[in-house]
Amino acid sequence: MSIGHTLLGLLESGPRHGYDLKRAFDEHFGHDRPLHYGQVYSTMSRLLKNGLVEVDGVEAGAGPERKRYAITDAGVTDVAQWLARPEKPEPYLQSTLYTKVVLALLTGRDAAELLDTQRTEHLRLMRGLTERKRKGDLADQLICDHALFHLEADLRWLELTAARLDKLAAVIGS
Amino acid sequence: MTPAGSLLAAEGLHKAFGRTTALDGVDFSIHPGEVVAVLGPSGSGKSTLLHCLAGIVLPDSGTVRYGDHDVTGMNDAQRSALRRSDFGFVFQFGQLVPELTCLENVALPLRLNGVKRKEAQRHAREWLERLEVEDTAGSRPGEVSGGQGQRVAVARALAARPRVIFADEPTGALDSLNGERVMTLLTDAARDTNAAVVLVTHEARVAAYSDREIVVRDGKVKDMLAGLL
Ligand SMILES: Nc1ncnc2c1ncn2[C@@H]1O[C@H](COP(=O)(O)OP(=O)(O)OP(=O)(O)O)[C@@H](O)[C@H]1O
Ligand SMILES: [Mg+2]
Repeated sequence: MSIGHTLLGLLESGPRHGYDLKRAFDEHFGHDRPLHYGQVYSTMSRLLKNGLVEVDGVEAGAGPERKRYAITDAGVTDVAQWLARPEKPEPYLQSTLYTKVVLALLTGRDAAELLDTQRTEHLRLMRGLTERKRKGDLADQLICDHALFHLEADLRWLELTAARLDKLAAVIGS
Repeated sequence: MTPAGSLLAAEGLHKAFGRTTALDGVDFSIHPGEVVAVLGPSGSGKSTLLHCLAGIVLPDSGTVRYGDHDVTGMNDAQRSALRRSDFGFVFQFGQLVPELTCLENVALPLRLNGVKRKEAQRHAREWLERLEVEDTAGSRPGEVSGGQGQRVAVARALAARPRVIFADEPTGALDSLNGERVMTLLTDAARDTNAAVVLVTHEARVAAYSDREIVVRDGKVKDMLAGLL
């Protein structure tokens, strides 16, 4: 993820202090991996140097987290360009799951068995995410949905593979 | 004998349609307040299992018990009385009576259970509100969207406070957001009333609303909790 663009985007709604930026980032995007202060300041000094942000004020007291940053016009353009650029789709072709299924097929093992076991594990996680979504706010919903759709995609692929295998077995068996 | 504390339990269910074996020795049980997802490939016997559990279809052999009742020992009239008083149904399509308004559809199960017209309609309106489709009250099913119709159907299934809700692909015709709404409302209502839900689905995101899942394959059931076939 581009931390620079993300912090810039967070500044679009109004100037923020360094500590406020970190808090906003963690709240929206850093559930599992919060930002270090060091990352915030190295990123902000790069954005300053490139003219994408400016210092809008400094609070009393020491430390870079007291600096208040504002986005510049160039910064707004930069965010817009970043958002307009499509991300490279990630096909996830190299996952362990894929490797296991191919190996199971190559060695004549039961793909349906693998599917059921894996689905139980996936569903365990998906139930937790669904529950978190039920109780959570909009940010929780967005995060959990993203994870849920990806987990579902794994299972749909496994189901399709298991179904294809049945057909293959039927053809060979007849 | 039913498994301890279970509300509905089946043992050794067999069902064949001509030469097709749909169920081949199925055991199943569900507790009050429990949501069980029924998964498995197309044609594996999920709907047949649901129909047998609900007393819509009689198995060739095996028993279904609901509380103290032997469902498989009842005659047609007794089973349909049980369905009306204790069970609720949500299917994928076409379950609303086209000649009735949505409000009348939701009130119907209450009316059939002997609730007075005024009272039934007041109650039905509350359920339509709860499912956020009160605007459809005066419309006929043909005049509302698929998503609205499905929520009306859920309202109807829940209005008579069933002890068991049978849902066969309840979100099959819905987009993701409507599907999520239907599942949230369905499972919330079931939790509130301590009803059991038998939920047939092929979508993992829908199954994630369940407490546990079973997998039907070639007419046999695998209980993923027990891990046994
Ligand atoms: N009324 C019927 N008459 C004849 N065969 C039937 C009947 N109902 C079901 N079957 C057969 O029994 C088997 C199980 O069908 P069932 O409808 O239970 O499958 P399912 O798991 O619900 O499938 P799907 O996911 O496609 O809804 C299938 O082979 C089906 O063709
Ligand atoms: Mg079916």
